[in-house]
Amino acid sequence: MTVLSRGFRRGRSDRADDRLPPGQYDVGDAFPVLSAGPTPQTRLERWDFSVHDQTDELRRWTWDEFRALPREAVSVDIHCVTTWSKFDTRWEGVSLDTLLGDVPGTTRYILAASDGGYTTNLPLDEVTAGRAWLVDTYEGQPLAPEHGGPARLLVPHLYFWKSAKWVRRLTLLPYDEPGFWETFGYHNHGDPWREERYSGD
Amino acid sequence: MTDPTGTVDITASRRLDGNAAAGMLAELFAVDVTTARSRCASCGTTSMLGAHHLYADAPALVLRCPSCTDVVLRYAIREGRILLDLRGAQLLAVLLPAASNESNGA
Ligand SMILES: [Zn+2]
Repeated sequence: MTVLSRGFRRGRSDRADDRLPPGQYDVGDAFPVLSAGPTPQTRLERWDFSVHDQTDELRRWTWDEFRALPREAVSVDIHCVTTWSKFDTRWEGVSLDTLLGDVPGTTRYILAASDGGYTTNLPLDEVTAGRAWLVDTYEGQPLAPEHGGPARLLVPHLYFWKSAKWVRRLTLLPYDEPGFWETFGYHNHGDPWREERYSGD
Repeated sequence: MTDPTGTVDITASRRLDGNAAAGMLAELFAVDVTTARSRCASCGTTSMLGAHHLYADAPALVLRCPSCTDVVLRYAIREGRILLDLRGAQLLAVLLPAASNESNGA
């Protein structure tokens, strides 16, 4: 099994236990909501999404501009660190390759920041080459606020806390800056197939 | 659903008050800290921990300021360790039990 095919685009004919990372269970049709705070209520006319470096805003989209970007539909398995996994979830949105464009050559990490103050850090090379999206549609419907709407990150090959809900900004960094759960003993990387749940794992 | 901002906030209905954290925090503190007064590092408001907003179904207990909703305290028991993050509590004032108060008095 190669790294890139893990959990991606598998048929339903695959045996479930082959798609289940260690220590996870299949949650079926449920979609648990884990709340660390109130659900932000950002109106679409006030929503924007931006990419920054350490000093400047490099790119910015309003909701309408974001909706006009080239879109992709993806069907992926997702894995929450609280041990549930969910198969064949269908999302639509914009690839981070499109949003990031040509990044400064010094960029090694990104820090995603959300309404409500949540942050999470990701290596640049794990969110490019078709491995991460900014999604606004789940199972054909606008993404519900409790699941991160109007738009959230989708980085399905890492534990789902890396797929930041209500994300509004990506900051390009030459160094790693641990985010909300990463500063509270959670693993800095979060690969479910290596069971990278806690720091030290 | 066509208007994501018009829906009911289901997480609000799951929010507890800080008193619900008393049992878990008792693992760490010898005194009841829910009556402790905490000054928020973000907005400066002082309020009892028991009156803070508790989110208990995340990967840790998350206690938020009732005024500005910023994170005050995070707490978890994991793999034989207690983890406590008090970054949002600028000052925590805990009332000593009456007995030790008297021994300090006189
Ligand atoms: Zn506050």
